[in-house]
Amino acid sequence: MKLSADGISKRWLGVIAIILAIVVWEVIAAGIVRNSFILPSPVDVFTAFQELVATGRLIPDFIDSLVHFGIGLVAALAVGIPVGIAMGWSRRFDAFMDPVIELLRPIPPLAWIPFAIIWFGLTSWSAGFVIFVGAVFPVIINTYSGFRGVPRIFVEAGKMLGCTKNFNLIRYIAFPAALPSVAAGIRIACGVGWMCLVAAELFGVSNNGLGMALWLYYNLHRMDCVVVYMILLGLAGLAFDMAFRYYIERHFLKWRTGEVA
Amino acid sequence: MGNLEIRDLNQSFPREDGSRLVVLDHLNFEVKDKEFVCILGSSGCGKTTLLRLIAGLDEAQEGSIVLDGEEIKGQNPKVGMVFQEYSLFPWRNVMDNIAFGLEMKGLIKEERYRIAQRYLELVNLSQFRESYPSELSGGMRQRVAVARALALDPVLLLMDEPFGALDAQTRNMLQKELLDIWEETKKTVIFITHSVDEAVYLSDRIIVLSPRPGRICRIFDVELDRPRDRTSVEFAKVRRTVLDLISQNCAIQ
Repeated sequence: MKLSADGISKRWLGVIAIILAIVVWEVIAAGIVRNSFILPSPVDVFTAFQELVATGRLIPDFIDSLVHFGIGLVAALAVGIPVGIAMGWSRRFDAFMDPVIELLRPIPPLAWIPFAIIWFGLTSWSAGFVIFVGAVFPVIINTYSGFRGVPRIFVEAGKMLGCTKNFNLIRYIAFPAALPSVAAGIRIACGVGWMCLVAAELFGVSNNGLGMALWLYYNLHRMDCVVVYMILLGLAGLAFDMAFRYYIERHFLKWRTGEVA
Repeated sequence: MGNLEIRDLNQSFPREDGSRLVVLDHLNFEVKDKEFVCILGSSGCGKTTLLRLIAGLDEAQEGSIVLDGEEIKGQNPKVGMVFQEYSLFPWRNVMDNIAFGLEMKGLIKEERYRIAQRYLELVNLSQFRESYPSELSGGMRQRVAVARALALDPVLLLMDEPFGALDAQTRNMLQKELLDIWEETKKTVIFITHSVDEAVYLSDRIIVLSPRPGRICRIFDVELDRPRDRTSVEFAKVRRTVLDLISQNCAIQ
């Protein structure tokens, strides 16, 4: 019983911290700064939120952002997982690909924006491309290290049980063994991709989008609305992460329960 | 059938200075069908190397390994293996681990579960069919590994110190269970161990390897009736004979 009481009080500590942060923010904004252009107060932000809900643009913004994010993430998985598998499975392919990847990887995703526009025009695809660049490397690297780390004993046990073709070894042994690492890579990719979203929408690829709207209201000097979008971006990113973890752990990684991770 | 012939087997590995480390030196022996043979030796005598060659996981430099008149090259469905380390697939539950080989053979689900169920019962783990390996004790994991190897009905079962990591009681219990399974399924078994007690308890024959390079030092027939009593005078006598011989002739030179 003590344990659960402890759990509840810890949860309340978190809630208290959030409330406290909002109070401090309100005091600073309304009491000290007193300029909602420089620092909108929580009350200003809440009013702006109601206003934005009334305009009905929040849902389309959200949907457009999801489209951009979806394009980038799906492309990153479609490219990153096969490349990561091939590099993790074949030393030769690793030696072949590694220099190229290590050269491309340090280029910030946002530096690709000019080429995104030239290649894809002002379309959702170019925003998707920027997100893809941000998301693909974590997927490759985690898939690769997951495959590298597959214990040899599993591969040999598989071989002794008639699983001898490379394709089958990857499908039945290496991929499931590497899945925790692959999933961690996808999680990181989601985070990075979501962070690229605001910049990717900055150059006007669509009329809506959370990042797009954030820039729009900045240009309109409506900093209270900017804060609304900042909070929405943060909450949406958090929600994705939680949903992903919950789903993956429920459906694919339940065998890890009871293991010391 | 499960007749195994090892002919003139040589294996060496390159060393850093360019010379070669001879691990197995002209090994010759036979294992008869349905025989339980223990290969006994201290660590570094090449017993795991030998087993991996028979399993087809590595290739021998020279010599041949012939199973029922057919030379072993690569993995062979007629040979099953139980590894020293835990080798169960942690992402599959017990049933799907045992059924893995059958799945690779392309059997439909009902069929492979029907067969797997039989082996699950053989190792007395029916109530754990849905459990994941992380939920099992070390002894239970090795029992599942035995069932998984047997599910493909190999003629030859290779066991590489499978009970080495277990505590003494569990070890004794599993040895007894293994003999029961062997009586029931009548496979040829090659069992690697460094424990004289284990070798005397289990085997029809003990092949003692001497280390560096691995050579056959001596082959014993164990003529004790089963079930064997570890505390009996006869058992102790055989143990003493084996131990004496190892300390006199088979130690590191």
